[in-house]
Amino acid sequence: MKKFLLFALCLCLLLGAGVTASAEEKATINVYNWGEYIANGTDGSMDINAEFTRRTGIEVNYTTFDSNESLYSKLAGGGADYDVIVPSEYMVSKLLSEGRLAPLDFENIPNFQYIDPQFKNPTYDPEGLYSVPYTWGIVGIFYNTDYVEEVTSWEALWDDRYAGKILMFDNPRDAFAIAQFRLGMDLNTQDPKDWEEAAELLKQQKPLVQAYVMDQIFDKMESGEAWMGPYYSGDAAILVDNSDNIAFAVPEEGTNYFVDALCIPATSQHKREAEAYINFLCDPEIAGANMDYVGYSTPETAAKEYLSPEMAESPLHYPSEETVEKAQAFVNLPQDISSQVDKLWAEVKMGGPGESAVLIAIILGFLMVYIAIIVYKRRKRKREME
Amino acid sequence: MKKAGGRIYTFLVFLFLYAPILVLIVFSFNDTETASRTVWSGFSLRWYEKLFEDRLILEALRNTLLIAVLSAAASTVLGTVAAIGINSMKRLPQRIMMNITNFPMVNPEIVTGVSLMLLFVFAVGLFGGRSLGMGSLIAAHITFCLPYVILSVLPKLRQMDPNLYEAAQDLGCPPVKAFFKVVLPEIMPGVVTGMIMAFTLSIDDFVISYFTSGTTQTLPIYIYSMTRKRVSPEINALSTVLFAVVMALLIVINVRQGRAQRAQKEDA
Repeated sequence: MKKFLLFALCLCLLLGAGVTASAEEKATINVYNWGEYIANGTDGSMDINAEFTRRTGIEVNYTTFDSNESLYSKLAGGGADYDVIVPSEYMVSKLLSEGRLAPLDFENIPNFQYIDPQFKNPTYDPEGLYSVPYTWGIVGIFYNTDYVEEVTSWEALWDDRYAGKILMFDNPRDAFAIAQFRLGMDLNTQDPKDWEEAAELLKQQKPLVQAYVMDQIFDKMESGEAWMGPYYSGDAAILVDNSDNIAFAVPEEGTNYFVDALCIPATSQHKREAEAYINFLCDPEIAGANMDYVGYSTPETAAKEYLSPEMAESPLHYPSEETVEKAQAFVNLPQDISSQVDKLWAEVKMGGPGESAVLIAIILGFLMVYIAIIVYKRRKRKREME
Repeated sequence: MKKAGGRIYTFLVFLFLYAPILVLIVFSFNDTETASRTVWSGFSLRWYEKLFEDRLILEALRNTLLIAVLSAAASTVLGTVAAIGINSMKRLPQRIMMNITNFPMVNPEIVTGVSLMLLFVFAVGLFGGRSLGMGSLIAAHITFCLPYVILSVLPKLRQMDPNLYEAAQDLGCPPVKAFFKVVLPEIMPGVVTGMIMAFTLSIDDFVISYFTSGTTQTLPIYIYSMTRKRVSPEINALSTVLFAVVMALLIVINVRQGRAQRAQKEDA
């Protein structure tokens, strides 16, 4: 009898497992992540999505975006049905305030326990209910040691000895943050005057700046075309690793740290499967293998074991606690402030009256040439008539 | 002297047109750790190897090709039928029709993209669907490929002797058979050219696809999404492959056209 019961129980379990497995097999989750932001099986890395499908039977339709703003427009525009998205910190707070995120069921994400305490309940998600950090990093200055003295402060980016060799961020929040650190402001200040003051400082810097760039910084630094520029630590680590004369410094005024977090949109139809995916990515072994390829920092100390030792010990990827404590994160700004920031940024980049004078001169020059050609042709025709 | 000047000018024009592509092709063979676009460090095929290992890129490529084949086929059929209809219209309606057909070509792509997205989101909501995807992409691609097919088929129809079709029917051929036996062979070069054009247009479309893709990813969108981190030289390799494919198709079009013209001259 006992044996029979045991047998029945086993059968039930097997059937149950079989049923859930077959139900899960049909599910496909839509994952929307940054481009080049997951280990994909090339260069001997682990193919994370394939591994997830192998273990759980859930198919992954993996697509990529280029900026938080494209992610937002996809979500807000409708017509796209995502189950897992990876917004940065300020976009998490924006989506959260608009009610576009679903609260996570942490019972389905047991691996959340591995996330380091300083990343739990962050400022952008105060209750810690809607997001699980995926990667993080800080902003610092990269500089060419052949030409530039040791950098300790953001002031270096205003040093006119390096005029024409300085690069600057080509997005408003990151660029303004640097000016705000110099002025000792809160990065998320809501006082319009603070922003104007920061814009003023950026305008002063403009004549020294060679270019406002994002990923072109790699080429420009490597070829020596530019001598220094601020960038994200994880992205640019490869620069420091491969060139002897490029160094990284975190200025003493403090810096901003960014987090890209895993979230589930409120519209998701496969929340359970999405949570399984998030849980999978938080598995220290997976997170380690993933970050080893991506080159960003993982928020899990336990995952560092699975990283290559150079990466796990590099101050570029894991800066000192002191630095991290002084770092601030962006929070979404209210509508009126963020449109003011966009306007000020446009002013900084377009430049003052000096720029438009050059533009007018160029247009006048073209006009002169055009008139000269017409006059010349007329004369030629006249001569031919005669 | 004058001839040399002309040659130099032509050379400069071609240099201006092709130098960027040439640089891209050369750097797709660059052997570098840092994925640099400016420092040359030796010949290698590593980016091609990596490209063909990368499942995400290949999946995007598969989507792109699938969409291109389906939308080229569909727009060719629709466009040919439309061209036959337009050709047999009276003068005024024909003009109006041609203007309507040409409009999507001169309309900025971004306007077409946004309006198609709005339409599709509305339609999907109406029928209880959840997301745009392959279907909406194919529909959008057919939409913007159609005018090109019509424009390449119409001239062939105009060149054709209108009495041929009637003669076939006089000789007892049923209309459908007359179309396939007499009309279609006459306009075939135009149909094929139109189809190849639709195919290449569909492969490299970004703007319209960007708005109508939903959760499906095509190659151009995938490449664009790499711009936050550095754009990997895999993309150089892939662009080289794509460039070669498009180039080959264009050469096929031109050779076909050249042959058709020669054949006509011989006939005449």
